[in-house]
Amino acid sequence: MKHKIIGKRVKRVEDPRLLTGGALFVDDVNLPNMLHAAFLRSDYAHARIKNIDTSQAKTIPGVVGVYTAEDMGDAWEPGPPLVSPPPTLENVIFNSRRQVPLVKDKVKHAGEIIAVVVAENRYIAEDAVEEISLEYEPLPAVVDLEKCLEPDSPLVHEDLDSNLAAHLIQQKGDYQKALATADLVIKKRFHLDRGAAAAMENRGLVVDWNEKDQHLMVWDATQSPIPIRNGMASRLGLRTHQVRVVAPFVGGGFGPKIMMFYAEEMVLPWLTRQLKRPVKWIEDRRENFYATTQEREQIHEVEMALSREGRILGIKQKIIHDTGAYDPYGLTTPLNTQSHSMGAYDVENYYSELTVVFTNKTIVTPVRGAGRPQGIFIVERMLDFAARELDLDPREIRRLNFIPPEAFPYNHEIIDQAFTDLVFDSGNYLPAYNKALEKIGYDKFIQEEQPRLRAEGKHVGIGVVPFIETTGVGPYEGARVAIEPSGKISAATGVGTQGQSHMTSFAQIIAEVLGVEVEDVSMVTGDTAEIHWGTGTFASRGAVVAGNAVNAAALDVRQKVLALASKVLKTPEDELELEGGQVRAADIPEQSISLGELAILANPFRGAVEPGTEPGLESTKYFGPAYGATAFGVHGMILEVDPETMMIKIHKYVTVEDCGTMLNPLVVEGQIHGGVSMGLGNCYYEKLHFDESGQLLNASLADYLIPSASEMPHIEVIHENTPAPNNALGTKGVGEAGAIPVPAAFMQALENALPEYNLEITETPLSPNRLYELLQKKERNK
Amino acid sequence: MENQFDLSLTVNGVSYQREVDPRRLLSDFLRHDLGLTGTHVGCEHGVCGACTVLLDGAPVRSCLIFAPQAHEHEITTVEGLGTIDDMHPLQEAFREAHALQCGFCTPGFLTTLLPWLEEHPQPSEEEIREAISGNLCRCTGYQHIIDAVKLAAEKMAAG
Repeated sequence: MKHKIIGKRVKRVEDPRLLTGGALFVDDVNLPNMLHAAFLRSDYAHARIKNIDTSQAKTIPGVVGVYTAEDMGDAWEPGPPLVSPPPTLENVIFNSRRQVPLVKDKVKHAGEIIAVVVAENRYIAEDAVEEISLEYEPLPAVVDLEKCLEPDSPLVHEDLDSNLAAHLIQQKGDYQKALATADLVIKKRFHLDRGAAAAMENRGLVVDWNEKDQHLMVWDATQSPIPIRNGMASRLGLRTHQVRVVAPFVGGGFGPKIMMFYAEEMVLPWLTRQLKRPVKWIEDRRENFYATTQEREQIHEVEMALSREGRILGIKQKIIHDTGAYDPYGLTTPLNTQSHSMGAYDVENYYSELTVVFTNKTIVTPVRGAGRPQGIFIVERMLDFAARELDLDPREIRRLNFIPPEAFPYNHEIIDQAFTDLVFDSGNYLPAYNKALEKIGYDKFIQEEQPRLRAEGKHVGIGVVPFIETTGVGPYEGARVAIEPSGKISAATGVGTQGQSHMTSFAQIIAEVLGVEVEDVSMVTGDTAEIHWGTGTFASRGAVVAGNAVNAAALDVRQKVLALASKVLKTPEDELELEGGQVRAADIPEQSISLGELAILANPFRGAVEPGTEPGLESTKYFGPAYGATAFGVHGMILEVDPETMMIKIHKYVTVEDCGTMLNPLVVEGQIHGGVSMGLGNCYYEKLHFDESGQLLNASLADYLIPSASEMPHIEVIHENTPAPNNALGTKGVGEAGAIPVPAAFMQALENALPEYNLEITETPLSPNRLYELLQKKERNK
Repeated sequence: MENQFDLSLTVNGVSYQREVDPRRLLSDFLRHDLGLTGTHVGCEHGVCGACTVLLDGAPVRSCLIFAPQAHEHEITTVEGLGTIDDMHPLQEAFREAHALQCGFCTPGFLTTLLPWLEEHPQPSEEEIREAISGNLCRCTGYQHIIDAVKLAAEKMAAG
């Protein structure tokens, strides 16, 4: 189908407010009589609380109250399990241990909340936090992913026998058999470390219990307003209709804002009901580093069995995944790692053993990429090492192993994060890969530029890596679309927006279907008063799951419009067209009626209507896919290493992306750019340094380095289009794609730039210091 | 309250006289006392640049300044650049180039760039990267921001 508005580079409707300071973020909510909360957080990663004395803090003028776990009484209960273990797998061990609102006896990570002060302003609240006196008994911290499983390790949760949080095995085919026939077996160990999501807006919450109205109003910088509403109502013993949660403009999400419930989200609603006054809490950056969820630490022992020609016969993998102090988010992240450890390749035999451990570190939940970058890193690195052993071109070994286009839908016979079969719905990998190689100028670089630059003493290298991304998973999203009497369109979906341009790209779908301008569509996201059902913004699923719900609702409204207009205009439906906010008989423009007039006719004030008639031109529809839509892409870069400073300069960066039908290419490109910047952070800049006592050593943006404009290359984005076969729009997700393959491509390029060292990089992130250490080790071994 | 400071300053061309706590941050004063919430606070330690405002025309970090330090100075915030119906060419350029996603860091970029563009009417890409290297953005990878700055320079040159 040829689109007029979908797929166009439409300017965003949300921008004017954002650009002029007129958009509402959670910290912009200021209510009369509002109080401010500040939290006392543990200085220790692992310690028993011996005594808390809040008496001094309570004497400070302006302090309204100081509360500990004891004060919450029966309202104290841990957060809900968000994602249960996979019900479809056998022999799964899963020890659910959930975060608590206020720590009762033992703190399990630095930054965990012990007490809360409520005061007339934030300055006073923070002063009072300093006046709480606390006696701890520090305990040895559980930090290392392997030592934590030794029998003499201290325990994060003392009611368990060990620090094992979960264990499961997924397999397809018979790896042992594959091993027996292999010409080459490669074994490597990988260590991938932690990073932060570091959205520019920290978390925040304003809660307002209205005693007379018996209603709780909440503004929350969350990716998931509807489940937050449901959970808050349940925890407080309210009906869902007594709670409204608004996720207003949210300043970046990247995963951690999907976590439900953070301790603060459990404490504040309780406080406002106690105090019957609005309460605000805005996280500061230091709190964000300690208390907002993080990701990526895993250790892998990997084996790849290959034929002499370079065919992958099988992959065996043992993963240890760090979930931090609790595991509310289940196994989503490591299941994604398992789903991506075979990459874009046809692998018949796979054995993947997953062990999840508790440590005295910040809770782990998905961060942009969500376990996928680790999987892609593993398989792509292994292929690089295999190509070297077999003396093959790294391009050839990939071409040899790609899933061929005729093999789709390709069922991997394991489960993915949604607990459904890992099925790749569609794909066409080879042309996209070849295009990336062409655009980066692979042959010319290897044959001409690299030799010339090396002769000049420059250390330049190239890396090109393909990847898949499972996107658009269920369970479902919904959308409501309605034509107002003004002829303008009101629409809503339950997913929250943290910069993904939903107000524009979803409006494009509606404008396309109903023949109106994008500006005529008012798209509300993230307000539970506008739509009752939904899950949230995660897993690169907005354009797929919410987008197709929007499309279905708009099509249904269109049908209602046609039915009514057909009667009014006395014209068969199939002779009517929707254009410029009018319905008209094709070729007879004067025989027309506006959408606004039809909306009024659809909602009569007097008179009888036909039985079964629904008022208005409105529809609510849901979309839930049987399985996800698998996107594909290739990233290539040419980089240079300064051998004195170990600083890296990226000279060229090319991406080919295939997310099926694009709603708005401008938005797709923006998503890729941002993803690459986070991916480069994961390569060389962003590492959360926890010491052996579980202390985070770089909890500030001055010490934890996120890429600035100076570190970022210019990124060329090329689009391919293999539409998703199982949704009407043909969309696939692209929100996380930019971040996923970057470490694998970067390390390939780095090794290529330093051939004399014969590096085999099996870790992320590196840094100038770490690269220097690796090179020194090689020098010593020479 | 004791020890209050009698603050008088001009913000976006409007004069204000207020009593403030001497330790009140300029960012909190602008946002919560004057209701100018377009200035955003991302780190409260002067690194991210989201809270940048102009003090007598020069970019400063409002999270690192006490409100009394702005006494008898002129402050410009993002609300002073343009309105929804009459945006500054720099704001227009940001929209056209899709230079913002979540939009949280954007006010700081705009206030950093406004005086800089006046001094650098024909900036190169390298100069732009240097100029915005003190402002962090987590969404855009900066590329569309750089496109927007080039576009804004053209628009401003064309008057």
